[in-house]
Amino acid sequence: MSYIKKPAVRHPSLQANALGLTVRDYEGAMSTLCAGCGHDSVTAAIVRAFHELDTPPHLIAKLSGIGCSSKTPTYFVSGAHGFNSAHGRMPAIVSGAAAANRELTYIGVSGDGDSLSIGLGQMAHAIRRNVNMLYVIENNGVYGLTKGQFSASADVGSKSKKGEANTQSPIDPIMLALSIGATFVARSFSGDKAALVPILKAGIRHKGLALVDVLSPCVTFNDHEGSTKSYTHTRKHQLPVIEADFVPRRSPIETSQAPGTVQTVTMHDGSVVRLHKVAADYDPTDREKAWSFLHARAAAGDIPVGLLYIDEKGTEMHAGNKTVAQPLSQVPFEQLCPGSAALEALQQHYR
Amino acid sequence: MDPTNVRKPDYFHKVVDCQWACPAHTNVPEYIRLIAQGRYTDAYLLNRESNVFPGVLGRTCDRPCEPACRRTRVEDKPVAICRLKRVAADLRDDVTALIPQAPKTKNGKRVACIGAGPASLAVANDLMPLGYSVTIFEKLSKAGGLMRSNIPSFRLPAKVLDDEIEMIVNLGVDVRYGAPVKSMKSLLAEGYDAVFVGSGAPRGKNLDIPGRYDSPRIHIGIDWLESVAFEHIEKIGEKVLIIGVGNTAMDCCRTSRRLGGKDVKVMARKPRKYFKASPWELEDAEEEQIEILINHEPVRFVIDDLVPGGKLVGMEFQRYESKEEGGKLVQKATDKIILPCDDVILAIGQEASFPWIERDLGIEMDKWDCPIVDKTTFQCSLPGVFFGGDAAWGPANIIWAVAHAHDAAISIHNHCNNIPLTDRPAHGMTLVSAKMGLHEWSYKNDYNSVGRAKMKHVDLVERFKSMKVEVEEGFDPEQTALEVARCLNCDIQTVFTEALCIECDACIDVCPLACLTIAPDGDEKTLRTRLTAPAMNLTQELYASAPLPQTKRLMLKDEDLCVHCGLCAERCPTAAWDMQKFDLFMPRAGAKT
Repeated sequence: MSYIKKPAVRHPSLQANALGLTVRDYEGAMSTLCAGCGHDSVTAAIVRAFHELDTPPHLIAKLSGIGCSSKTPTYFVSGAHGFNSAHGRMPAIVSGAAAANRELTYIGVSGDGDSLSIGLGQMAHAIRRNVNMLYVIENNGVYGLTKGQFSASADVGSKSKKGEANTQSPIDPIMLALSIGATFVARSFSGDKAALVPILKAGIRHKGLALVDVLSPCVTFNDHEGSTKSYTHTRKHQLPVIEADFVPRRSPIETSQAPGTVQTVTMHDGSVVRLHKVAADYDPTDREKAWSFLHARAAAGDIPVGLLYIDEKGTEMHAGNKTVAQPLSQVPFEQLCPGSAALEALQQHYR
Repeated sequence: MDPTNVRKPDYFHKVVDCQWACPAHTNVPEYIRLIAQGRYTDAYLLNRESNVFPGVLGRTCDRPCEPACRRTRVEDKPVAICRLKRVAADLRDDVTALIPQAPKTKNGKRVACIGAGPASLAVANDLMPLGYSVTIFEKLSKAGGLMRSNIPSFRLPAKVLDDEIEMIVNLGVDVRYGAPVKSMKSLLAEGYDAVFVGSGAPRGKNLDIPGRYDSPRIHIGIDWLESVAFEHIEKIGEKVLIIGVGNTAMDCCRTSRRLGGKDVKVMARKPRKYFKASPWELEDAEEEQIEILINHEPVRFVIDDLVPGGKLVGMEFQRYESKEEGGKLVQKATDKIILPCDDVILAIGQEASFPWIERDLGIEMDKWDCPIVDKTTFQCSLPGVFFGGDAAWGPANIIWAVAHAHDAAISIHNHCNNIPLTDRPAHGMTLVSAKMGLHEWSYKNDYNSVGRAKMKHVDLVERFKSMKVEVEEGFDPEQTALEVARCLNCDIQTVFTEALCIECDACIDVCPLACLTIAPDGDEKTLRTRLTAPAMNLTQELYASAPLPQTKRLMLKDEDLCVHCGLCAERCPTAAWDMQKFDLFMPRAGAKT
């Protein structure tokens, strides 16, 4: 933990975005995580993604639960709304907030403990409901805040700092999300911002829940030899399947790539995700094929990374509930709560 | 790209831009830290090691360090390096017992120095502790050279100058006052082991236009300043025109204000952008209600012949319109104007002159009739005769004279000991970690955004009462405390050990000025396109690592905008980045090679 704040001076050539803000304006407080924590790199990537998307800070809501990962919303976009929920309960809070105010851009930051252990049910139901949010899991395979016990995402055979091997099979959030109907599933690595930033941008623009599982090594408890979530192991075994490019609305799209290797997906707001297929036989729009490919690769010890699955036709929570376009928080109280007579009529309707 | 060799002193020295820009390579950040700690005597001694006259220079230096100061890269104004030096000089204790003294036993070598200015005095300062017998020949009755004759006492009090000259003279230097050297030949005949010429550039340039010799009220600037310094001149007319707009002109106009000048104008031929005077000297002059007129070229002096002996009544000027075309100044003549005046002072430059050097001694002269002096050894074509200060290559300033003197002293020492002059002691450096605790450093790494302290001046009425009232009051303790905090500690270097790096990006993410990049290898030109932020200053070398252990990419640092906050080292989990204090070792005469 540093005792000084990051000096306010900045590089004179920093570009302002459409709102006149530089990337520094999207930063938060100084991190108190361990030096070298992957989470800080994820934070830096989130800062860049919001800056590049010209998102007004006051229209962002950042939410988290408990854990090292859940500290990180403090470290980005100081001007955003924030909420630190009880352990694993971030998805419920986002669901409620998103229901009340559909105008905000929601980002939930969680970890493998917060989302895959105590909050697994919460996460699964947010995915089912397809809440319009970016759901980032900072996945390091250990409980860092309690000194490095194996978490639910630790691989079988992965060794603890003391040398003990994990014996329980891991929960893979990617496979889980695919199996319960997620419409945007990606995996990335904190040490590769070139890949991570476009994925985060696409995830923010995705209408529905965008799950991004970021391998984010714990330098203090899980960066040793024998760990399958270390910087070295991840670098050695990551298998780029799809490289995503995010092209904002109204930007010219270059088509220099050989046909057949690039697939484009147009998002709801008109922006485009270009998917470069590194693995030629992979189709990120075909859930079944994606599932079996990823399953096979994971069994072989590879770590497939990239924007692994995308479905822009999915139904997001508000569409499913047929709510009004106006955020409920702005609908006058008399309309929101038309009184007991109206309630009575509604109940009659269901009798 | 090949890994940057940070083991050669120049690489990190260039990152300490103030020290690199200083001709004498004064260790600026270290003396500022000493001032911050209240260790004024130590700060003074550190200064004196390189620049010999900290008290004088803290008031009068041309400050090449300040335009170079890296603070200007992130903010408007540089650290007030020069005036902090004055703080150390003003608040120091007696240093007599702390400076190197001459040994009791002399080494038997005799060195003659010509002119008791900064160059000769600094040569004596380096050679006396080695046992040399140094004799200085001075034409005036006091030592100091231009520091005494050309810098008015309202900028440099005599006491400050006397103290620093005494420190050197008291080492046992034999100064012969009122003893101008009239013949090099006879001086050489006296059998000195070496002769050092530090006679300066004492001849003010003349302006030979009609009327020049028709009045005694037309003065040569540096001669006039000297007469004022030695109190031969005590007043001047009410209307004074100064021709020229260099630093001497500024001293002339401000001196005129104190000797009775009420309407003092400085006449410049070109627009302000082309002025030779330092910006702060221009400001100080304008504060004293001196008018600076641009685009005026002197044509003739207007003399009233009806007055017996001729009376200077004015001066005629050609006026111009100036504009810039393609970066070049284009001036178009418009009309002529006569400005009334009582006195005119010519301050259009000065030059060295050597009428006393016989041309048959083997001292080769160039086409300007100045001796040809070697840039490294400071020796002329006659072995054993050395030049330094303004006498070597024309007018520069005090700090250059001191820098020359250190190098000339090395040559003189080599010459007297039959060591080849080119066999010079090498520069060295040390790098020592500044780490004191988990996230604590031996320097204050927090960036302080406070603005530059403003020097307080004595009010106008008070300062015009006497030549001896020093205008600048010096920084008060509060100003000093804030000004030292503005220094970026550029000598505390970011040093990288690639073998330790795990490429977690922590340093890149935390750097407030986007100095750091990890990128695939390539040539320097390609790598510059891959930087996190484009380089603003292409003269600043890139700091490139060897290939990193995990991905074989390179860690790159663009030093240009680094504020030495140390956050890269604080956020580095493996201490691959460390903050290390760089100390340049500048050899002096007598150092082991």
